[in-house]
Amino acid sequence: MELNAHIPAGPLSEKWDNHKFNSKLVNPANRRKFKIIIVGTGLAGASASATLAEQGYQVQTFCIQDSPRRAHSIAAQGGINAAKCYQTDGDSVHRLFYDTIKGGDFRSREANVYRLAQVSNSIIDQCVAQGVPFAREYGGTMANRSFGGAQVSRTFYARGQTGQQLLLGAYSALSRQIHAGRVTMYNRREMMEIVLVDGKARGIITRNIITGEIEKYSADMVLLATGGYGNAYFLSTNAMASNVTAAWRAHKKGAGFANPSFVQIHPTCIPVHGDYQSKLTLMSESLRNDGRVWVPKDVNDKRHPRDIPDAARDYYLENKYPSFGNLVPRDVASRNAKEQCDLGKGVGSTKLAVYLDFADAIKRDGQETILKKYGNLFQMYEKITDSSPLQEPMMIYPAVHYTMGGLWVDYNLMTTIPGLFALGECNFSDHGANRLGASALMQGLADGYFVISTSVANYLGTNSLKAVSTDDVAFKEARQEVENRISKLLKNSSDGPTGKVTVDEIHKEVGKLLWDNCGMARNKQGLEAALAKLPALKDKFWNSVYIPGDMKEINQSLERAGRVADFLEFAEIMVRDALAREESCGCHLREESQTEENEAKRDDANFSHVSVWEHKGEGVEPVMHKEQLVFENVTPSQRSYK
Amino acid sequence: MSDIDLNLQIWRQKKSDSPGAFETYALDKISTEMSFLEMLDVLNEKLTKQGLDPVAFDHDCREGICGMCGTVVNGVAHGPEKEVTLCQLHMRNFKDGDTLVIEPFRSRAFPIRKDLLIDRSAFDRIIQSGGYVSVNTGGTPDGNAIPIPAQTAELAMDAAACIGCGACVASCPNGAAMLFTSAKVSQLCLLPQGQTERKQRALDMVATMDKEGFGNCTNERECEAVCPKSISIRNIARLNREYLMAALSEG
Repeated sequence: MELNAHIPAGPLSEKWDNHKFNSKLVNPANRRKFKIIIVGTGLAGASASATLAEQGYQVQTFCIQDSPRRAHSIAAQGGINAAKCYQTDGDSVHRLFYDTIKGGDFRSREANVYRLAQVSNSIIDQCVAQGVPFAREYGGTMANRSFGGAQVSRTFYARGQTGQQLLLGAYSALSRQIHAGRVTMYNRREMMEIVLVDGKARGIITRNIITGEIEKYSADMVLLATGGYGNAYFLSTNAMASNVTAAWRAHKKGAGFANPSFVQIHPTCIPVHGDYQSKLTLMSESLRNDGRVWVPKDVNDKRHPRDIPDAARDYYLENKYPSFGNLVPRDVASRNAKEQCDLGKGVGSTKLAVYLDFADAIKRDGQETILKKYGNLFQMYEKITDSSPLQEPMMIYPAVHYTMGGLWVDYNLMTTIPGLFALGECNFSDHGANRLGASALMQGLADGYFVISTSVANYLGTNSLKAVSTDDVAFKEARQEVENRISKLLKNSSDGPTGKVTVDEIHKEVGKLLWDNCGMARNKQGLEAALAKLPALKDKFWNSVYIPGDMKEINQSLERAGRVADFLEFAEIMVRDALAREESCGCHLREESQTEENEAKRDDANFSHVSVWEHKGEGVEPVMHKEQLVFENVTPSQRSYK
Repeated sequence: MSDIDLNLQIWRQKKSDSPGAFETYALDKISTEMSFLEMLDVLNEKLTKQGLDPVAFDHDCREGICGMCGTVVNGVAHGPEKEVTLCQLHMRNFKDGDTLVIEPFRSRAFPIRKDLLIDRSAFDRIIQSGGYVSVNTGGTPDGNAIPIPAQTAELAMDAAACIGCGACVASCPNGAAMLFTSAKVSQLCLLPQGQTERKQRALDMVATMDKEGFGNCTNERECEAVCPKSISIRNIARLNREYLMAALSEG
């Protein structure tokens, strides 16, 4: 597997302009001759679909939900970063670049991150022009807030629904192109396979979720914008349909998978309350601006939190990190919450929660001020838990939230399969080992609105592609593979459910295995044990999963089974990747790699690289390749929050 | 926290063109901490283990924002609690021994695909006919070059908060999509960006709404009562005004 990142020549600030100039173009009159498949309609997929259709290409867009407007980008709350420097507070493209690369703990590419910062301003302009109702100051200019510990106010927002409003903006642009006949939209389709002809991505196989039909689609190139794989853990803040299948199918056909163990675990989620729990709900981390995190000092303290006096409380973040206190970065907050619970100090019925207390803030600022800031979050919390944060402390616990790892892409966002591109969360490109708040929306829209069209034109302009149709043998074979796999999934189900397992039972099992061993803190022993358990779990799934119904109808159990089958395979490279990375970095503490003060210790001498996994065939150990990271413009520094 | 026993009556329908009927299921020991959809998960897991077909229902984000979930529970879209989607409805709203009648959002324009799962693509087609500002990517002015008073931005945001779930249609005695359509028309007619296409947008979106088979508004206000995002019927008044002005000057 050759890993050439194709980073353009020249000084950092000129690379993107040089690249655009050196890339081939496609004449406007010729663009209609090219067909592009786009899978996914989140921020990246919807914005790419609209942009490429506007430019004149024939676009076919696919989404798994009943409408492109439902993609999970819609759930992002906080905001979107841009280097506008409207507040004259010292922000700049270079500072946004630096904060993002430092936030990623120096495990991402300088050139990609710089480009992200460069196009960030255009994203805001674009969204405003579409009619996205961003928050405004009374004079009519755009409002900003400081987010995720940034020292400048560069985050644009639309109440607590920024993701929704940006997605609806992209959806409206996409809808306009559907109306114009330049995008053919396929709803309720799940991508099951990627089709290669002469080594190039030329189409996909989908399952029509309504009819069960296995369908073939051909094109000149394929763009995946299929999101992250957080649902490998079963419980996450991802939507229920979010999955790794599209990316995993691409991986098995030759696309390298980068840093699969880089998973962000968000500290302020509503804790798990029972076995039946289906997903976790995130609350904005802005809560930590005023809330104080604590647990009882005594493991056996069973008193109501209000009755526990200050002296019997351990404000562990404030004690351990006096200068940052409750505002330490996400990974530090998450890890410490887990540590307290592991020590038996967790609170609530499951003992897997810590308190986030607003009593002091209410005493200091008054109830009205606190409600103004967090009213909607308090309301959300109360609706779910039936407890008012005004009366008693919130309970929070970390949850899997975002996956920085993804398909390896070069500067053009092309995977190691020619003609296959990955955008948004499904690529690995910009967030290194840790994503900063309000950067996911920025990256999705940067890729879709402003980056991919250059890559598309350059790819089409430099490759002469022969005509292919869905009658070609490669499509027939790929469809057959998909049908065989579905038949194999259903093979145990003809004689009823007795003695079988359900899809969810296996999903919960693999999820727990990953959470326990491949979560925020990992060690060699745990990872090796998890790796050893995976084959048996996989066998159990394939030999005894029971799926009611058949494939030629709406069958939600079958849909989930296909996704879990891929999570089971994917889990293996997650664990292998975590094993191979013997350093602590970004979101993860590798327990063997700690400083004397028990903080994460990065190892730049040995691990300043992207780990890229290559599939070598069923039952064969995957091979890891390295893309060395070169830092010419920043000097990697060790984080300290003491 | 406690457990309750429930009697469920759920609409079962194999396909769009097959007849449907209510089936009764007893479900015991449901934790009141569960969400409504988790209760359905528990039912489906139980049905699966009995070799029966689980209930098909739409859902995705399970945090009340994607708009994919929704059924009618005891006659009310998204169930008895105000201002929540079905996924955010918790079982503590019900009592031990309650009977819950669960059926899909019904409308001529929303064909049932299976059980509780419906086709709301008519909403997409309404948006496609004009629910946008026609700008291409790139070449747009600086964000601050379009000043918008904070109050206007807030009003536009109130309308833009619509999640397109379809509860408004399911609750309207006429099956009207006026609340949905008016939310988008309002958002864009309030903002300076939406002015250029303002009249044509109102005409086209209303025409599509009619063509898709949605009914007319007779001010029943049922839509507003069930809307999980509290979209106000003031938006409908605004749409009527927009439509009238456009029809008089353009039509």
